[in-house]
Amino acid sequence: MAILETKNLTKNFDGIRAVDNLSIKIERGKVSGIIGPNGSGKTTLINLLSGVLQADKGVIVLSDSIKLTKIKPHTIASYGITRTFQDVRLFNQMTILDNILVVLTERNFWSAILEQHKDYHLDQAGDILKQLDLWDKRTELVVNLSYGQRKLLEIGRALAMKADIYLLDEPFAGLFPEMRKIVSGIIHKLREENKAIVLIEHNMDIIRELSDHVIVMDEGKLLAQGKPKEVLDRREVIEAYLGE
Amino acid sequence: MEYLIHLAILFLIYAILGISLNLIVGYTGLLSVTHAAFYGIGAYTTAILLTKGEIDFFVSVLLGIIIAIIISFLIGIVLSKFRGDYYALGSLGLNTIIFSIFLNWNNLTRGPLGIPGIARPELFGIDFTENINFLILVFIFFTLVFMLSHFIVNSSFGRVLKAIREDENTIQIFGYNTLYFKLAIFIISAAMAAIAGSLLASYITFIDPSSFVLMESIFIVAIIILGGLANLRGSILGALILILLPEALRFVGFPADIAAQMRQMVYGVILILLMLYRPQGLIGEYKL
Repeated sequence: MAILETKNLTKNFDGIRAVDNLSIKIERGKVSGIIGPNGSGKTTLINLLSGVLQADKGVIVLSDSIKLTKIKPHTIASYGITRTFQDVRLFNQMTILDNILVVLTERNFWSAILEQHKDYHLDQAGDILKQLDLWDKRTELVVNLSYGQRKLLEIGRALAMKADIYLLDEPFAGLFPEMRKIVSGIIHKLREENKAIVLIEHNMDIIRELSDHVIVMDEGKLLAQGKPKEVLDRREVIEAYLGE
Repeated sequence: MEYLIHLAILFLIYAILGISLNLIVGYTGLLSVTHAAFYGIGAYTTAILLTKGEIDFFVSVLLGIIIAIIISFLIGIVLSKFRGDYYALGSLGLNTIIFSIFLNWNNLTRGPLGIPGIARPELFGIDFTENINFLILVFIFFTLVFMLSHFIVNSSFGRVLKAIREDENTIQIFGYNTLYFKLAIFIISAAMAAIAGSLLASYITFIDPSSFVLMESIFIVAIIILGGLANLRGSILGALILILLPEALRFVGFPADIAAQMRQMVYGVILILLMLYRPQGLIGEYKL
């Protein structure tokens, strides 16, 4: 059973069709790699799935029953969906620890006023930051981190959400090899925990290594999908990607 | 000594205003220039109730808070939908509207004539007509405002406010309805400003609309920018400097007829220098 499904999803920007009649399924316990050339609509798709954008046509269905159409961005987390961004979006003038703690705490503002730092919140944040090798820097402002560390922290913030569906938009871009190992390990672990992972990535080696299912997009449309071995060697995929 | 007590009272009143405004501007990143309006609402509530009725000062403070909460809720519903420059412009317009009400609702506020003869409070036999006693009263209110603000900024709520300041769109994705958070802090801040207004009215014993003009809101913004955004102690430091500075300038020997203008110029120069060399203020934790 698909945990997340799009049916004929369409999104236009000033006459340009960024996502065109797209129907795909995302399953639990699997990494769904989304590839395609620049401008093929991958990030628009993630923005639609995370409620940042509203679709012009089509529906997003959660767990075969809940229609996620016309939902507001602040409600998406309650459906167990979280994400990272292609252009890292952290809270720059806050500490590394606070960037994690802020998503661990109360959503209701009355409860949030009464809630102070709790040990169990700190423990959870600590576990995540240690995993990312950022614990020693926890009191530093995010603005002082390197690009790779910022990228890791953003993944950590998504982990803190304890979501069912992780939408990861190019999480490996700009990372050093040792950082790639950390992210790769996190994705493997999420899959073991039966989470659904949507991974946008340009590096085909990473897609081959991590993906259980590959979705190829081109000009907003679904070009091909299937197992990495079957899809990545197909001629139309190579042509779309390399323009050959 | 009386002079020092007078300065201390003014400093604490402005420290309350600075602390409360810092919750919106420094912690939430919303440049509000409507604070003088709520300061005025507190002042006029106390002034009207104490001069027209037999109502106790402390009840008038409470009513001032309630009226500020109601008005800030109505204004905040609209204002909280804005961000950035639009928020600043919207708040500017609202300050002007409320000032116009103070100025033109003659039956209630006596318009430009102002309201004289506002009584000092009395509680458990303590007469606050004595300035030293009034200073203690203001200090108690200041401490309460500081402690409440300290509690708020160190709560999960305070952390969300900072995240709104940093990137409102992103924090929404993580499940926070930012509109409610912005509205809540606006109301809390307005209620605190109303307390400062009630204290001012009772202390000076006279108020008129000129105390609550847009320039006053900008002056309070200047306090927190100077002292430091997103730092409660910064608000106190800013109030201390900007209240004491014109007093210190008296001894510089500016001619009396241009002293007020010189004060404005000094504020202006300080703010320009700060924006150039220390945009987060003296002990601030956030740059505008």
